[in-house]
Amino acid sequence: MSSIAAAIVGFAGGMVGGLLGVGGGVLFVPALVIFMDETQVRAEATSLLAIVPVAIVAVWRQQGYGNVRVRDGLMIGVLSPLGAGIGVVTANAIPQRALELTFAALALLIAAQLVIRAIRHPREPSPDYSD
Amino acid sequence: MSSRTLKLAVIATAAGAFSGLLGVGGGSVIVPLLIVWLGYGAREATGTSMLAIVLIATVAVIFQAAYGNVDPPNAALVGIPALGGVVVGTALQQRLPERYISLMFAALLVAIAVKLILS
Repeated sequence: MSSIAAAIVGFAGGMVGGLLGVGGGVLFVPALVIFMDETQVRAEATSLLAIVPVAIVAVWRQQGYGNVRVRDGLMIGVLSPLGAGIGVVTANAIPQRALELTFAALALLIAAQLVIRAIRHPREPSPDYSD
Repeated sequence: MSSRTLKLAVIATAAGAFSGLLGVGGGSVIVPLLIVWLGYGAREATGTSMLAIVLIATVAVIFQAAYGNVDPPNAALVGIPALGGVVVGTALQQRLPERYISLMFAALLVAIAVKLILS
């Protein structure tokens, strides 16, 4: 039964991922912890493997809808491991709690900006194509 | 380096750092920053984020597999139904006004912030 529950949450994770442009880990990880008794570390690693094909299918669909800016996406993808390296160094220098609270504050700040934009610009402004 | 390229580099660094530090996926950083900083429409931000995630998750899973942390049968258990889910989710997204996508994303960010504060 718990396998069925995990599969259902997996479907929901894919749907949220497709709607919001995230991998789906936000639901895969808790599904694996709660229904499949994975530890947090294993669940996060296993979730990453599930995310790869989900993201590939999302790109294929979104490409068809004309929503993928290939150059920008590739640049972010290629440069982000650098950020992960900086993250590891930072994690060893700054207390975890301080990082969590800083990121929480940033997330709330960005959320507020998204809400303000959505209210002020019911139609999205045209993207910044300048190079 | 143009300011636009610099912004992309900062977004990439933030996405990598965020996921490396806190186990939050890169997409939750990439999508809102593309919208707020580069003036992307919400749909374009999500599609472009997914392309970055393909690369980010592939690199990360190779490292995690080397540590023996990956469980392929369980990845298939959630990942295969998710393939259907993502097709439905992206199709649904095309029918939603972009501001609703932004507002749902804001709700996701608030949930992440609450989780970080409570952890």
